[in-house]
Amino acid sequence: MKKYTDQGKADTRSGFGAGLAELGRTNPEVVVLCADLIGSLKIQEFIDENPERFFQIGVAEANMMGIAAGLTIGGKIPFTGTFANFSTGRVYDQIRQSIAYSGKNVKICASHAGITLGEDGATHQILEDIGLMKMLPGMTVINPCDFNQTKAATIAIADYQGPVYLRFGRPKVANFITDNIPFEIGKGIVLNPGTDITIAATGHLVWEALQAAEVLESEGIYAEVINIHTIKPLDTELLVSSVQKTGCIVSAEEHNYLGGLGESISAILAMEIPTPQEFVATKDTFGESGTPAQLMEKYSLNKNAIIIACKKVIDRK
Amino acid sequence: MPDFNFLGKLISQVRRDILRMVHNVNSGHPGGSLGCTEFFIALYYEVMELKDDFDMNGANEDLFFLSNGHISPVFYSVLARKGYFPVEELQTFRLIDSRLQGHPTTHEGLPGIRVASGSLGQGLSVAIGAAIAKKLNNDDKIVFTLMGDGELQEGQNWEAIMYAAGRKVDNLIATVDLNGKQIDGATEDVLPMGDISKKFAAFGWEVLILKEGNNLKYIIETLKLAQSKTGKGKPLVIIMHTEMGNGVDYMMHTHAWHGKAPNDELLEVALSQNPETLGDY
Repeated sequence: MKKYTDQGKADTRSGFGAGLAELGRTNPEVVVLCADLIGSLKIQEFIDENPERFFQIGVAEANMMGIAAGLTIGGKIPFTGTFANFSTGRVYDQIRQSIAYSGKNVKICASHAGITLGEDGATHQILEDIGLMKMLPGMTVINPCDFNQTKAATIAIADYQGPVYLRFGRPKVANFITDNIPFEIGKGIVLNPGTDITIAATGHLVWEALQAAEVLESEGIYAEVINIHTIKPLDTELLVSSVQKTGCIVSAEEHNYLGGLGESISAILAMEIPTPQEFVATKDTFGESGTPAQLMEKYSLNKNAIIIACKKVIDRK
Repeated sequence: MPDFNFLGKLISQVRRDILRMVHNVNSGHPGGSLGCTEFFIALYYEVMELKDDFDMNGANEDLFFLSNGHISPVFYSVLARKGYFPVEELQTFRLIDSRLQGHPTTHEGLPGIRVASGSLGQGLSVAIGAAIAKKLNNDDKIVFTLMGDGELQEGQNWEAIMYAAGRKVDNLIATVDLNGKQIDGATEDVLPMGDISKKFAAFGWEVLILKEGNNLKYIIETLKLAQSKTGKGKPLVIIMHTEMGNGVDYMMHTHAWHGKAPNDELLEVALSQNPETLGDY
């Protein structure tokens, strides 16, 4: 089992802020828009260094998406920042028409995704955003796993031409991706090679998957852990070659199983190589208030849930 | 001094284009298109400074965004007559494999279009973004947009109206096509909106009222007056009173032709009121 070290818990939204600050220094076309959530999105450093390239829109997300689309027409690369809920469902039609259908180079950056924003409760805990965004033709959907990968992804999407949905979160999670694991849009990363089962995880459930793999290995089960940071376009080749070897798969994500990564995987496997699959994901439910750890336990989104799913799917081989 | 003789011929020809386009596919929106024909001709032939070749970024030229995308027939006709694409292409309007989709889009690569519109209420925000980009790029040209009056029922407009004034987006000239009609009837019956001019003024916009929005000379004068008022810390709006269906007697004074094409017989009546001048497509 490959060893990964948690370099210290950090929130992925701060990875976004760090990436944005770097872009502010390196790419003069990058502009940032925010709908009254500067602190939550960790973009103060960019603002301090580039006040003329920052636009406080106020609590008006629809207008923010439209303005971002317009800014691309002058060659700018707009990054919009608000919570995932208000970055997607609230402004779906604006994204659909003014950004996706219009092919605009807007980076929709969404913090506080999923259930682990915690105490604010279900009004703010979107578990449907990946599905909403992946259904839009031409939209790239990225959900990095830790601080370092979120920073790398933030920088990478500025160089990519086209609309992107970048999803990250509020809680402090393990930070373990090192510089020798480069980020490439659309390319999954095999973090641990294995022969008995494939675990394809996204977001901070990648760390949970690695912890699960360790436990499984101690029981003689060798899990291949793949970090799928880009949900669309999905790294079909990597997933197919992995399940050809392992014969079964568990997908793990902080999202509804309907519309999430697992659903995308099952669709491509159904076409390429039908494979038994279990889903670690929320089961068509809204969230509720609680601490992130409590919620991950209650909604079966942690290491233990992954271990149970792995054993179940191995029995189905 | 504008060549009103030529521009008058153009108006007649564009009206014919609109009528023939919607008739050909028995769908589309002639009413609002006809009501804004003079506006489009004023804008594209007398007001905007445009480069010869189209590129998406539109640096160092004026830009126009159509928010109420359903009046695509007039937009397409004027773009074609202006030389953005072949006039013959107008005959593909709303047909399979056409660049002239029912509502304007960038998706098919039609020159002259910079954003998709059709789902209402989004154009002003996009225009604001493009205007801000011009400021960032030290580009002193102006951004124009046209909105329908019924469209102002969409809440996003009011977010944008608040923002443009609050942030002094003063290189922006919006025009509201105030024809008082929408699909289901008079705007006053569908949803009374009160005094649109006062609402814009209350939000901090400079408001110009154009009572005769189908009078080419007055439209040109008002747009040029608006241009002269840019750069003074306030966004500008022209409240342009128009007659839906203008130029075709039976389409005027009713909302019936908002989104309905004339049959063969009524097409001939309409065309007889708008003689061919510059050549049908």
